[in-house]
Amino acid sequence: MSKSSIQFSRRNFLRTSSLASGGLLIGFNLFTACKSDVKPPVDLADLNYNDFNAFIKIAKNGAVTIFSPNPEIGQGVKTSMPMIIAEELDVSWDNVYVQQGVLDTKNYTRQIAGGSQSIRFGWDALRQTGATAKQMLVNAAAARWSVDASELTVSEGVITNKAGETLTYGDVVDDAAALEVPENAVLKEPKDYKIIGTDRRNVDIDKIVTGQPLFGIDYKEEGMLYASVLRPPAFGQELVSFDAAEAKALPGVVDVIKIGDKAKALLGGEKVNWTAQLSGSGKVVVLAKTTWDAFKGKKAIKAVWSDATPLESTEFHDEKLNALLDGKDFVTMRKDGDVNKAFATADKVLERTYESPFLPHNCMEPMNFFANVTDEKIHLVGPVQTPEDAANTVAELLGRDVEDIHLEMTRMGGGFGRRLYGDFVYEAAEISDAVRKPIKMVSSREDDMSTGVYRPAIKYRIKAAIKDGQLTGYQLKEAAINGNMYGLIPNFFPAGTVENYQVDVANYKSNITTGAWRAPYTNFLAYAEQSFFDELAEEMEVDKIKMRLDLLEKVKGTEDERIQYSAERMQNVIKMAVDKSGWGKQPKGTYQGFVAYYCHNTHVAEVADVQIENGLPVVKKVTCIVDCGIVVNPLGALNQIEGGIVDGIGHSMYGSFGFENGVPTANNYDKYRLGRMKDAAVVETHLVQNELSPTGLGEPTLPPAGGAVANALKAATGKRAYKQPFIEQADLWKVKEEDILG
Amino acid sequence: MPTYQLTVNGKAHTVEASEDTPLLWVLRDHLNMVGTKFGCGIAQCGACTVHVDGNATRSCSLPVASAVGMSITTIEGLSEDGSHPVQQAWKEVDVPQCGYCQAGQMMTASAFLAKNPSPTEEEIKDAMNGNICRCAAYNRIKKAVGVAAEKMA
Repeated sequence: MSKSSIQFSRRNFLRTSSLASGGLLIGFNLFTACKSDVKPPVDLADLNYNDFNAFIKIAKNGAVTIFSPNPEIGQGVKTSMPMIIAEELDVSWDNVYVQQGVLDTKNYTRQIAGGSQSIRFGWDALRQTGATAKQMLVNAAAARWSVDASELTVSEGVITNKAGETLTYGDVVDDAAALEVPENAVLKEPKDYKIIGTDRRNVDIDKIVTGQPLFGIDYKEEGMLYASVLRPPAFGQELVSFDAAEAKALPGVVDVIKIGDKAKALLGGEKVNWTAQLSGSGKVVVLAKTTWDAFKGKKAIKAVWSDATPLESTEFHDEKLNALLDGKDFVTMRKDGDVNKAFATADKVLERTYESPFLPHNCMEPMNFFANVTDEKIHLVGPVQTPEDAANTVAELLGRDVEDIHLEMTRMGGGFGRRLYGDFVYEAAEISDAVRKPIKMVSSREDDMSTGVYRPAIKYRIKAAIKDGQLTGYQLKEAAINGNMYGLIPNFFPAGTVENYQVDVANYKSNITTGAWRAPYTNFLAYAEQSFFDELAEEMEVDKIKMRLDLLEKVKGTEDERIQYSAERMQNVIKMAVDKSGWGKQPKGTYQGFVAYYCHNTHVAEVADVQIENGLPVVKKVTCIVDCGIVVNPLGALNQIEGGIVDGIGHSMYGSFGFENGVPTANNYDKYRLGRMKDAAVVETHLVQNELSPTGLGEPTLPPAGGAVANALKAATGKRAYKQPFIEQADLWKVKEEDILG
Repeated sequence: MPTYQLTVNGKAHTVEASEDTPLLWVLRDHLNMVGTKFGCGIAQCGACTVHVDGNATRSCSLPVASAVGMSITTIEGLSEDGSHPVQQAWKEVDVPQCGYCQAGQMMTASAFLAKNPSPTEEEIKDAMNGNICRCAAYNRIKKAVGVAAEKMA
C-alpha cells in the first residue's frame, strides 16, 4: 500500500555534503534502493560515497538537479522516477532539471540497469529519499528560526513559519549539509500529490526534437575507428579461415583482425554462454575511418566456415517441439489436484495447440558499443541494460580488474530485451584490446537481425475437462526452444480457479541464441490462453465474459500465497472493459474480441474491434483498461500502453521469422514486416483510479493484444487462429459472405 | 578519395569520401551531425530521412556524389532553436518513447506539410507509412502531424 513507511535507517541510505560552489548534494543508491527483492538497505552500515550512484543537488538559487543513473530505453523512467523524488521533496517541477550520465565527481562510480520493474521497486525508496531531503531542509530552517520543525510548512521549495516568514531551500542548503540525516520523514498522502498523477513531458524531448547526440551510436572520440564484425552466417558455424586482401585495399579500411580466442577460452568447452551470449567462434573485424568504409570492408572479406554443430531449420524445430508436446519428458511447475482423473471422468475434453515463431527484437538503433582499452583503464560507452554484468564479463574476458572499467550508459534506441545481453560490449572490448585504440563497433541492420538473441519459438497445448457444465481440469503444456517460462507464470490466472490444474514444461536445446523479448513468454502465452478461454466458453455454451468472472469468483479469499493476481482487480477491469467498449452492442460489421490478462504485476483488459474493409478484416480500435495502481505520469503511461498494444498487434499479425540450415529467413525490413502507421489501431485507454502502489507499464499491455485480435478475427470470420503470425493463416482471411456483399 | 562540396543547413562543407558513400554516413561520420539516424540502410525504415531540395529523401541510399549541388536540410537545421511547427507539435504531443526514429519522422512530416498544409487523416497515414517506429507511437505521430498542420495554418 502507498501509505507504508519504511523501517530502515536513512542514515545508511543517504549521505549529504556541501558543494564547493555552495549548495547541498544528497547521494543515494538507486540500485540498492530499487533492487528486485524490495528489501530496504538495512545492511548498508558500511556505505561510503562510492556506493552512491544517484544524487540530488540543490543549489543556492533553489534549482534542483536530479542525477539519474537509470538507463532510458524508451519506457519513460528518466522522467517518472525523478517525478517521484520531486513530489516528496516538494519542489516545483519547473525548477527541476534531470541529468543522466556521469556526474562530474569522483563520488559517482556505479551505474545501474533499469527494467520493467523500475517504478514498482523504486516507489518506496524514491519517495523516502525526497521526503528525507525535504526534512533536512526543514530542520535547517527550524534551527535558523529556533523553532520546532513541526511548526513549519512547505510549498514548492519555500518554507514558512508561524509568523509568516519564509526561507527558500536555497537559503538553507548550506546549513542542511551540516545536519544529521533525519529518520522521521513523513510521506505525503496521495490526495496531496501535486506532481505524481499529472502529465509531464519526456525530460529529453528538447534534445530529441533537435537531433542532439543522445544515443550510443552518436558517441565518438578523437581518433576513434569504426568496427564492423563478420560473424558466422549460420547458427552452428565457426570460422575456419579468411582472406582480407581485398578488404584491406579498400579506401578508409585501416586494419582487419580476428577476434574470438578470448571468448572461446572463457567459454571452455561450451559453445555458447547463455547468460552472456558469448560465441565460441572466431569473428573477422574490419576497422575503418567511417562506418560505411567498415561495412564495405566487411562485405569484401572472403571467409570459410565449418559446421561445428548441426544447422537447424524451422521444420526441424517444429518436429522437436511437437515431439516434446507428444512425449512425457516434462517438468511440472505447478500441480493442483489430479488433472488426469479430471480428464478421465469428464463429460467433454477440449484440447488445442497454439504456435509462435522466433522473433527478432529489431531495436531501431542497431547494436553498437564504444570501447577504449588501455593499460591503465577500460572505457566503455553505449546502450546496454545490464552494465554490471557487462563490466564483470569484460574484466574476465580481458583478464583485467573490474575496477579498471569505467562504463557509461547512453539513452537507448529501443531495448525490448535485446540489450539485456552484452555480446556487443564483449566484442567491442575484445577489438579495442587487440588494437589498443578507441573503437566503436556498429552492427548493420542485417548483422542485427541475423545474429540476434531471438524470442524462442514456443508451442502451447492446453487441455480442459468439462463436467456438469463446470471446468474441472486444466492442463497447460509448454514446449519451447532453449528455456521455459519463469516460475511466477504458473501462478497467473487461471491458477487457483480450477481444482485440478497442472503446468508442464519441456524444452529443446538449440544452437540458435534466444532470450527475453518484451514480456517474455507471456507475449505469446496470453494469446494462446485467451484464445482457449473463448473456445472453452463456446464449448460450454456459456457467455465468455461471465465464464471469466465466475472463474475469478472462485479464487477470492484464497489462502494460496503463490497466486499472483487479484481476482477483484481482474473482475473490475473486465467489467470496465465491457462497459467502455460497448461489448455486445457493436454495430453490424464490427466484430469484437475480448481478453483479460495479468502479467508484470498489472491487470489489463482489452477489447479489439475488427471491421471488414475491401473484403479483409482490419483491426480498427482497441479499448484498454489498465489497473497499475497510482499512475505516476499519465502522459508517459498512455504512450507505453498504446505502444504495447500496437506493437503486440503488429507482431502477432505480421511477425514471421525462422531458419533455414541455421540461416535466418529475414535480415532486413524488406523481408521482415513490422507494423506501420496504417496498421496502427486507434487505442482508447481507461486507467483504473486507486491509491495502490504503482506497477510497471513497459510490458503488460502487449501480451493481451494478440489474443484480443485472435478472438475478434474468430468473430469476424468464424475461423480460429492457432498460429502466429495471423497474416500467414490463409483460412482466417476468408470473411463471411454477408460482409463482402454488405 | 575524391572530395565533394555539399550544402548542409545552408552551410558549405567539403568532404573527402569514397564516391558510393551514402549521404547518411557523410553527415554522421564526416560532418559530426548525428541527428540523422541509421536504421536499415536500404530505404525501408525512414530513420535517415533528410530534405534534399525540399523533398524527403532517404539519406542511407543517396550516394554523396548525387547530393552535390543540392540543398540538404537535416534535423539540426530544421529550425535554429527547435521552433519549427513540427518540432513544437512533437513536444506538445510528447511523441517519443525511445526517440530514435523521431528525427526521420519529423523530417518526413515537415516535407509533407510543406507540400500539403491541410492534410486529411488518410493523407497523413499515407505520408508517414514509410517511417517505422519500433515503439509503435504511431497514434501520437499521427496526432502531432495534425497539430503541426494547425500551427502552420
